[in-house]
Amino acid sequence: MAPASALVVMLALAGCGTDNNAGASDGASSTARPTDVACGSGSLTASGSTAQANAMSEWTKDYQRFCTEARLNYGGGGSGKGVTDFTNGVTDFAGSDFPLTAEQKSQADARCGAGNQAIDLPMVAGPIAVGYNLPGVDSLNLSADTIANIFASKITKWNDPAISRDNPGVKLPSLGIQSFHRSDGSGTTFNFTNYLENDAGSAWTFGHGKSWAAPGGQGSKGTAGVAQGVKSTPGAIGYMELSYATENAISHAKVGNSQGQFVELTEANVRNFLSKATVAGSGDDLVLRFDYANTDPAAYPNVLVTYEIVCQKGNDPDRAALLKGFFGYLAGSGQDVLAQNGYVSLPDELRQKVQAAVEKIG
Amino acid sequence: MDSQEPVPVEQVGSVGPVGSAGSVGQVGSAGQVRSALGGSAPPRRAGPSRRGSPQRLGDRLFRGTSRTSAVLLVTLLVAIALFLLDKAIPAISQDSRNFLLNRTWFPDESPPVFGIAALVYGTLVSSVLASVLAVPVAVGVALALTQYIPRRLAGPVGFLVDLLAAIPSVVYGLWGLIYLVPAMVPLSRWLSDYFGWIPIFASDGVFGKSIFTASVVLAIMILPIIAAITREVLDKVPQDHKEAAIALGATRWEMIRTAVLPYGRPGIIGALVLGFGRALGETIAVALVLSANYEITARILSPAGNTIAANIANTFGDAGTTGRGALIASGLVLFAITLVVNLAARAVIRRRSEFRAAAG
Repeated sequence: MAPASALVVMLALAGCGTDNNAGASDGASSTARPTDVACGSGSLTASGSTAQANAMSEWTKDYQRFCTEARLNYGGGGSGKGVTDFTNGVTDFAGSDFPLTAEQKSQADARCGAGNQAIDLPMVAGPIAVGYNLPGVDSLNLSADTIANIFASKITKWNDPAISRDNPGVKLPSLGIQSFHRSDGSGTTFNFTNYLENDAGSAWTFGHGKSWAAPGGQGSKGTAGVAQGVKSTPGAIGYMELSYATENAISHAKVGNSQGQFVELTEANVRNFLSKATVAGSGDDLVLRFDYANTDPAAYPNVLVTYEIVCQKGNDPDRAALLKGFFGYLAGSGQDVLAQNGYVSLPDELRQKVQAAVEKIG
Repeated sequence: MDSQEPVPVEQVGSVGPVGSAGSVGQVGSAGQVRSALGGSAPPRRAGPSRRGSPQRLGDRLFRGTSRTSAVLLVTLLVAIALFLLDKAIPAISQDSRNFLLNRTWFPDESPPVFGIAALVYGTLVSSVLASVLAVPVAVGVALALTQYIPRRLAGPVGFLVDLLAAIPSVVYGLWGLIYLVPAMVPLSRWLSDYFGWIPIFASDGVFGKSIFTASVVLAIMILPIIAAITREVLDKVPQDHKEAAIALGATRWEMIRTAVLPYGRPGIIGALVLGFGRALGETIAVALVLSANYEITARILSPAGNTIAANIANTFGDAGTTGRGALIASGLVLFAITLVVNLAARAVIRRRSEFRAAAG
């Protein structure tokens, strides 16, 4: 908790730094209101996913600078808390790493009033890095099978034949592997295990979920805890949001896709993978389904997407304009500020769908 | 802090709800609550207020306020208990395995699967280990402060010990995570290399986050409580007893063994219980330091184990409806454990005091 918030502060400070150092032209554009931002007045409260907390703090800060009449407050607390708060009518929208389940959906729909529905809007996407601490090894390929076997504690040495096969010509030390996973429930675990389940096939038998299910390894609280563990332990490996790997100077591997090709973690590769996702929800309920089976060697398959959950209609009339304005900013020019926090902006086609859904908020 | 003399009063074995003094502060208040509950028409105490024919307004007001407070407290307690039961029972009834014996925690899957066994085990083992590590040091500190160090110095040193108790637990957790976990690796490896033949020190080569490390953090956290109470108790040892021991030719250590420690024993046990209770309920420090999983293993050096409180801290944020109910149910179990520990401690204290009363 505390390390995470400390990092948030650090990232926020880093964000300020880049703004200020970017020179006059950039500085001007960041203080002037982008043309597509519609202002609303009043206040909004929200809670939920900590995975998108960094993005939200940047967004709320920017939007309140553009629109001085607006007051926005995003408290973390986790996706479960976000959904519960939203369903109980405590907050105006929720941030969640998982789309609403059928049961939650009916409760959330009821909260929005008769005939209205709550919708999931994918708003923040980012890559999950497989970070490792292996002195002397700068570049590492890990196939989905190998990652699965490492995290299931079936591969326990770095010079295991399976890892050597992924990395011809690389001299791997005979060091024990110490895998780190999240000990708290998290969307990062959910998406990481989803990737393993789909791309590692029979090597991963633990399904996917927000709680870690495989045996062995060390659990750490929060992504900050995992990053700290990997950084301080030679021979360690762990999965984390990219910003934490960058922040802590942790190397990350090229990960294997369903075809066994190794894909580098770049913004283009992540967006490419996101653009292959299909919408599984109905209407404007934009629940994404990733295409893990694709054969594109330039699509990084280990990604995280987090949603905003909001009433499409039936919002408090005083707040509807602000909600629509803020969400319009998130889906519009707000996407452009994501890159500096280790996230990736939504692919254009998906972004247009989100914008179309936001247009109908009332 | 309750600094009643640990001398048993005559009321031992009488109707008085509290067996003896020297037990912990909570005990006293619990006793008051009980008498407030049981005595619907408590006998009026003969006091100065009765002598004057009409009761003064202030007296009536005060009595009314204090009665209301007592009733309010009990009502609140009952309401909380009912609320917890109300949330916990539906979750437990949805559990597809045995809540008490299962060792997994997936309450939001369908069907929900969760059980408390590993959590209870981890809670008890880490707290017992922490107490074992903390008590000798705490008693040592208290003895040094009361018997060895000159008064001039004892004050400041005692203050420093108390200061340890004022550090927020999240700071202990961060310190444990960032400093202690890496620092424990060599010690854990050494223990495992040379004492690995003892099952609890066996290991498969992964060190750092373990029940052992968590216990060390907990031990440091509960040390000041135990030390402070023990110091208060040992400070109250009558000078006559000590002088008598020395007059009989006892060395300082013999004096401590024969006069000081026996006198302070009920108080030390009370202190231990308070410390143990804090260890049982400690949340965030343990959540940060433990590698949470749901295995039951005797190997205290391996990255396994979880506690009830840490599990609540870890999983509450992302828990769904059943998940929250399950966590609340686990909280009830923790409550029950604390209750049993407190009752057992009171029984022990009472027996010891009676024994001493008879001997004295």
